[in-house]
Amino acid sequence: MSRFRTHSVLPGFNLALGFTLLYLSLIVLIPLSALFFKTATLGWGGFWEVATGERVLASLRVTFLTSFVAAVINAFFGLVVAWVLVRYSFPGKRIVDALVDLPFALPTAVAGIVLATLYAPNGWLGQYFAAHDIKVAYTPLGIVVALTFIGLPFVVRTVQPVLADVEAEVEEAAASLGAGRWDVFRRVIFPAVYPALLTGFALAFARAIGEYGSVIFIAGNMPYISEIAPLLIVAKLEQYDYAGATAIAVLMLLISFALLLSINGLQWWSSRRGVR
Amino acid sequence: MPQVSIARRISTHESKGVTLLLIGVALIYLLLFLGLPLFAVFYEAFSKGWGLYWAALQEPDAWSAIELTLIVAAIAVPANLVFGIAAAWAIAKFEFKGKSLLITLIDLPFAVSPVVSGLVYVLLFGAQGWFGPWLQAHDIKLIFAVPGIVLATIFVTFPFIARELIPLMQAQGKEEEEAAVSLGASGWQTFRRVTLPNIKWGLLYGVILCNARAMGEFGAVSVVSGHIRGMTNTMPLHVEILYNEYNFVAAFAVASLLALLALVTLLVKSLVEWQAKRSGEPLHHGA
Repeated sequence: MSRFRTHSVLPGFNLALGFTLLYLSLIVLIPLSALFFKTATLGWGGFWEVATGERVLASLRVTFLTSFVAAVINAFFGLVVAWVLVRYSFPGKRIVDALVDLPFALPTAVAGIVLATLYAPNGWLGQYFAAHDIKVAYTPLGIVVALTFIGLPFVVRTVQPVLADVEAEVEEAAASLGAGRWDVFRRVIFPAVYPALLTGFALAFARAIGEYGSVIFIAGNMPYISEIAPLLIVAKLEQYDYAGATAIAVLMLLISFALLLSINGLQWWSSRRGVR
Repeated sequence: MPQVSIARRISTHESKGVTLLLIGVALIYLLLFLGLPLFAVFYEAFSKGWGLYWAALQEPDAWSAIELTLIVAAIAVPANLVFGIAAAWAIAKFEFKGKSLLITLIDLPFAVSPVVSGLVYVLLFGAQGWFGPWLQAHDIKLIFAVPGIVLATIFVTFPFIARELIPLMQAQGKEEEEAAVSLGASGWQTFRRVTLPNIKWGLLYGVILCNARAMGEFGAVSVVSGHIRGMTNTMPLHVEILYNEYNFVAAFAVASLLALLALVTLLVKSLVEWQAKRSGEPLHHGA
């Protein structure tokens, strides 16, 4: 007969695990389950009606499209930043390296108001776009800017350690066999960092989908155009449409879980490749 | 063999031009997206002079927002610290079934939008929520009050310390603790004298990140706060109110305090990483 736990001489298992499970249930599991019970009161028909409402679909489209574009931008520039931080040395590198984590540390509301100010038509950066008749703040483009800021550290931090681990011998072997620098990158280095790059991309994408604080200041929040799904949840809550708000939340949660699963899949895939 | 080394240098490094180009692209990108916004926060805060900056910070509403933010963090961070230690002790030092499921569940709050994190507590404790009528009958207010803000903050910062400690304590194994216990040390003595010194940098690392998020959380807190000035406004919420009133100097003045907090967080984080590296304690770099 298999037992729940294997024996150990260390004390405190029951207390530690009991407290962990109690706290986890009270803070996370029971509150999250309320989401599903509330949605259940709508029934399938009601849920479907909310989920396929025109404004909901438009907000989901805006959310996922801007999140995707921001994650792509971060994947490209994040790779460049990781490369520069791992391979080259330049004055002030340690400060730059530490600063990469700023979006994790800076409250999202602060990021939101400062980006809105910078990219407003009369802002430091917005004026140059305005000169070419491009509006950044208060359009979906502004949402992309905010989400790019929020997701910036993910790709850098996932790619950095992998890039540092690429062995110089492999590169030297490829080079000594006549491969040019670009070929070495394309055929040797890129395949090694590709799984980490994908993981970083997925993390940035997932974070962007749920993001609220930094976006609402710069988005303009026009229904059907620049209204993100989390904002629509808040709007429904303010109208005391709890069931409607919850249905959108459940929809977003399901999509987020699918993403989380694919991230785990990617990590499993990359660790398997790492064994070679 | 001078020729070989020259050939090697040419083939495994980029040309000077490419190197400079890549450094340039990376630095311009970081300058535009990180450096400039950071600078602009302080620039806008001081744009009308020191006098207005100080006046904005001495507003009673600003003070009560600062106070509330400190209170919320002072409850949420220790609560998640105790949880993180308990979870890491159970998971790292014992073998039991369902462990990997438990680790996944601990990460759950990171997969949830901050707005949804606030919403779940409204569904439980709001006027129309499960416990709403009971709470009303007993005259207890959780939503649109401080307890709701604390709960929502605990939810969003839930995984920070646990996910830092679990891999760290797993990597360190349990031989040292077993030795201490077999020599007659009590559980508490074992933890304090053996485990704690081994995890102190990881612990500090988790606490710093948890604290930064607790003080800066916006979405979740915004849903449960009710935005009552001087009562249920945290600093990020106060920034929003001031900004929406076009009181930009005051908004950026309060925002500058939060930006300062972010800078201190990054500084301490770098110091902890450096200390941990020196003492050979591996840190788990999770966001």
